[in-house]
Amino acid sequence: MPTTLQDAVDFLQQGGKNGVEIVAGATDWFPARGERPLCQPILDITKIAELQGIERTLQGWRFGAAVTWSDILTADLPNCFAGLKAAAREVGSVQIQNVATLAGNLCNASPAADGVPPLLTLDAAVEIASLSGVRSVPLTEFVLGVRQTALQPGEMVTAVTVPVLPMHVSEGVGCFIKIGARKYLVISITMVAALVAVADGKIAEARVAVGACSTVAQRVPMLEAALRGCTAAQAEAAICPAHLEALSPISDMRGSASYRADAAFELCRRAVASALTGAAQNGGLGHG
Amino acid sequence: MDNAATLSAHFTEFKLNGRMVKVSAAAGVRLSHSLREQLGAKDVKIGCNAGDCGACTVLVDGDPVCACLMPTQQAAGKTLETLVGLVGQDPRAKALVQSFQNHQAAQCGICTPGVMVSAVALLRDVPKPTIKQVQDALGGVLCRCTGYRKIIDAVCEAGQAEVFPVAVSGSGAVGTSVARLDGLQKLQGREVFGDDVAPPQALVIKAVRSPFARAEFRFGDLENYVTSTAGVHAVLTAADVPGKNAFGVIPAFQDQPVFAETEARFRGEAVAAVIGTAAAMACFDEAGFPVIWEERPAVSRVAQALMASAPQLHADHPQNVMCGGFVARGDAQNGLLDADAVVEGLFETGFVEHGYIEPEAGFAECVEGRIEVHACTQAPVMDLESLAAILGCDQGKLRIRPTAVGGGFGSKLDLSVQPFLALATLKTGQPVRMTYSRTETMQATTKRHPSEIDLKIGATKAGRICGFVFTGDFNTGAYASWGPTVANRVPVHASGPYQIADYRAESRGIYTHCPPAGAFRGFGVPQAAIAQESLFDELADKLGIDALEFREINALEDGAETVCGQVFTQGVGIKDCLRALRPAWQREKALCAAFNAENASIKRGVGVAAGWYGCGNTSLPNPSTIKSGITAEGRIFLHQGATDIGQGSNTVIAQIFAQALGVVVHDIHLLGPDTDITPDAGKTSASRQTFVSGNAARLSGESLRRKVLALANAGPDASFSFDSGTVTICDGAGPHVVALQRLPVGADGYVLEAIETYDPPTLPLDENGQGVPYAQFGYAAHLAVVEVDIRLGSVIPQRFTAAHDVGQAINPLLVEGQVQGGIAQGLGMALMEEYLPGRTENLHDYLMPTIGDVPPIETLIIEQADAEGPYGAKGLGEHVLIPTAPALLNAIKNATGVRLYSVPATPSRVRTALKEAGYD
Repeated sequence: MPTTLQDAVDFLQQGGKNGVEIVAGATDWFPARGERPLCQPILDITKIAELQGIERTLQGWRFGAAVTWSDILTADLPNCFAGLKAAAREVGSVQIQNVATLAGNLCNASPAADGVPPLLTLDAAVEIASLSGVRSVPLTEFVLGVRQTALQPGEMVTAVTVPVLPMHVSEGVGCFIKIGARKYLVISITMVAALVAVADGKIAEARVAVGACSTVAQRVPMLEAALRGCTAAQAEAAICPAHLEALSPISDMRGSASYRADAAFELCRRAVASALTGAAQNGGLGHG
Repeated sequence: MDNAATLSAHFTEFKLNGRMVKVSAAAGVRLSHSLREQLGAKDVKIGCNAGDCGACTVLVDGDPVCACLMPTQQAAGKTLETLVGLVGQDPRAKALVQSFQNHQAAQCGICTPGVMVSAVALLRDVPKPTIKQVQDALGGVLCRCTGYRKIIDAVCEAGQAEVFPVAVSGSGAVGTSVARLDGLQKLQGREVFGDDVAPPQALVIKAVRSPFARAEFRFGDLENYVTSTAGVHAVLTAADVPGKNAFGVIPAFQDQPVFAETEARFRGEAVAAVIGTAAAMACFDEAGFPVIWEERPAVSRVAQALMASAPQLHADHPQNVMCGGFVARGDAQNGLLDADAVVEGLFETGFVEHGYIEPEAGFAECVEGRIEVHACTQAPVMDLESLAAILGCDQGKLRIRPTAVGGGFGSKLDLSVQPFLALATLKTGQPVRMTYSRTETMQATTKRHPSEIDLKIGATKAGRICGFVFTGDFNTGAYASWGPTVANRVPVHASGPYQIADYRAESRGIYTHCPPAGAFRGFGVPQAAIAQESLFDELADKLGIDALEFREINALEDGAETVCGQVFTQGVGIKDCLRALRPAWQREKALCAAFNAENASIKRGVGVAAGWYGCGNTSLPNPSTIKSGITAEGRIFLHQGATDIGQGSNTVIAQIFAQALGVVVHDIHLLGPDTDITPDAGKTSASRQTFVSGNAARLSGESLRRKVLALANAGPDASFSFDSGTVTICDGAGPHVVALQRLPVGADGYVLEAIETYDPPTLPLDENGQGVPYAQFGYAAHLAVVEVDIRLGSVIPQRFTAAHDVGQAINPLLVEGQVQGGIAQGLGMALMEEYLPGRTENLHDYLMPTIGDVPPIETLIIEQADAEGPYGAKGLGEHVLIPTAPALLNAIKNATGVRLYSVPATPSRVRTALKEAGYD
């Protein structure tokens, strides 16, 4: 098991034509493999020094690729990360959260990935390394489709980064709600993350992202625009189903397309309301 | 082979339960596999290999993780703890063992290691957890038996109490909640299940299964495949079946081949099996097996299968109709004409997966010219008979040695791994093992029948049912399995526990290219109850009669005729069950009304439903035989052949026997089940073990008691006790000490022995289904309170009250365990569970209730003693989920005014129905 990034990217480069399987928490990797035998070499990245830990940097926040959901749950993060923390609590189970990584959640590129909506509200980016160096890709350009990412052969994700947010945003409060057919260990039928900041009694910034309603989770800019400038009392009425028209929910065994659209709309209302309540508790609404 | 270097094994060292260990494993090998197969840590259970069930939970540096999802190399340098280590060393684990015993919080025990290990981690962090904290900590472990509430109670108690309440000690007399006799081994990680028994050198079998619902196939060069694949010893196909390549649980319907011969009839049907060394089979890739498939058009639904153009699955069953059932009484159509109110509905249910956490597993070997099969099963003697037919051998050449069963619920009545095991050891002469993957168990073993039920019921203004016309089609899949039983049972039970003079019920089982539907807790009755109990609410509504009162008006009572014309002069407890719900019914109606007055987008509702279930086979003999004996040393042995699949027969049968013999239950040594040493106690099915095997145990105990008393010519009220080599018998004439060594020793090593059989008295049904189908029924009524989130369509059950007439609770805590577990399964069927071949073949797409989904359940035990039952006891296992789903559906209707006609009532379906009803 490599302990340095250099060793890891060297190994990736030598991977041969079948490629290398990159493994961290392995919570998606094992189920996807099922009972089939392993035919490729694997690169276990959990011991690589450069991939550990959550850091505050000059550029913002850096979540190393080996950071687990449990690490996020116990980290001291500002309120704008409350949606990410809430998502961490809802990923699988405690057993999953203890080993599954945030970066892995993105690399798995499931439409129902719990990590994507809250990270979209935080303008997250993905840091990628290869023998030729390090590049950063905005999350919106990293997850390209169902099980598709921008990762090229020889590349690996080294971190998920969140930039320094504008002051009025960074003081906002995040929220995450998902709906499934049972309480624990459930894949979302649909989910919404919101990040709402309030100033002078009005919504100064609203960022809302919807998951499991399109091949890749996405922000809903029309809805966000409609919320800016609203008071808390006006917020619910300001949201309308037309704001979600860019979504393209599908019907599957978890729910129908029209149900997903319906539930996404309702979850947007609830997530925004919940974030506003959080903001009020933060003093945002009362004191500006 | 350029990957050989990177994939080669290397050593990983870590601390396991306090000592340093070293395993040799290639990168990417599951930690669970290394722990079990290299280090012998068989207390780490594998339920899904996907992190969906949590049974394999271990602590890694104190944190719970799924060992099935951790590559072995990641354990390097860490400290690992499993259940066996924890119960030996950790005081919290020891407290948990005691509180789990007290609460009977383990049933089958397969999930117990995952539950307990997760609970230890919680208690280390939070010494006195709340219910919510317990749920959060255990949310990743699925339990299919208990309904979780006993687990919650036990974990909370382990954290709270210094001294535990003495709930489980005592003699074990009938009516007392003695701890499970097999409880400790489950709680300490010592229980031995189907995958735990194979010797290390056993060859491994893997089946080759159809990827299509229907396909013709032909093999390539199998001989060449065997000789050219390193480590592969043999391939089995239909050509290797020396006897009959067909099995089935009902003699007239043995239509399922061990291996399909030219056409596979469902996705997941086996066509071949490969036998090889464990190392070779770890690399087995089905894609490399020489078989060519040609997909054919398939029918998956009843309506498709009935079409004239549909492919016919079995030559002797035109139109794919397997068989039907029929019960008629009075004139149902005329009854409807006389009714003041008539309601009608078309109800649909889907396939439901049993969802036991233990996939089918076992091993077989040749011992002195006989084949011994060790596997998890609900029916050892049926296995023996079926395997003898498949192998074309005498039954004496076979021995079935059941392992502990990690949940069954009906599916482990049918053969699964057993024929593969027996054929493979026959072919290779070596010990062989086989374990189904989660996908295999979901694809290839039986399911609950999907149903399409059309029901019309009428009633008079006074609320008396007049006219009941039921037709139900049941999708039995590709093979009969227990489909004929479902077809027969449904018309007998579709009335519910009510008096209906004008009745007609017709059912059919229809073949489709789906997995075989078989026995699943209730044999079709839960599906029928959804229709009947839903329409009872509709009828009561229409007539303006209270729903509970409406049921009481029509309920059966002593001396009344059932729809089969059967009259029980005693023991009919349904009215008592309904009356027992009355206080909760009044209270909950008022609470819901108050809540709903204050809330617009969340609505609460309360619903009731009842059920009944005939214990034992329908109008067929189904005897149980129980043997017992006393050795010259004064030890008492009970040959207990009734397999305990978690429901508690090891404890219940022993309690009944001990009561009859007149000793304390802890003085009894249990043997079996094992077809060489236990007489046939029948199958664990049809809620018959407490009733039928319990009666055999009672008779055996009484007979043995008479033999003991006869040693001193003592009267029937005398007591006795055994000491080493003597028995002391006390009656009015004082103690008599008899030396047992002086008595002749029988062939089985006993100085006294008793073998007794009980067969419930039934009579055949005539062409109208009139007769005596069962010697006893059990009765039940459930009340459910739900909360419906109007805009999201989610239904959150809040509380249950469950009244069950069990005649006599042999062990009241076991009764509660059955009730809670059954309700959890009924809740799953009602709200979330639907098996879709090809789409929900794992436990993350197929959803079963978690610990956060089952609300508090109050159990009201009603004891209307039954004259046939041992000490008045009635069967219970299946009754427990029959009223659950309709009670939930009635509660949803009560909350929202919206009736659902199909299950599961997923958020998507509920929301759609709410919108159709005009909700915003």
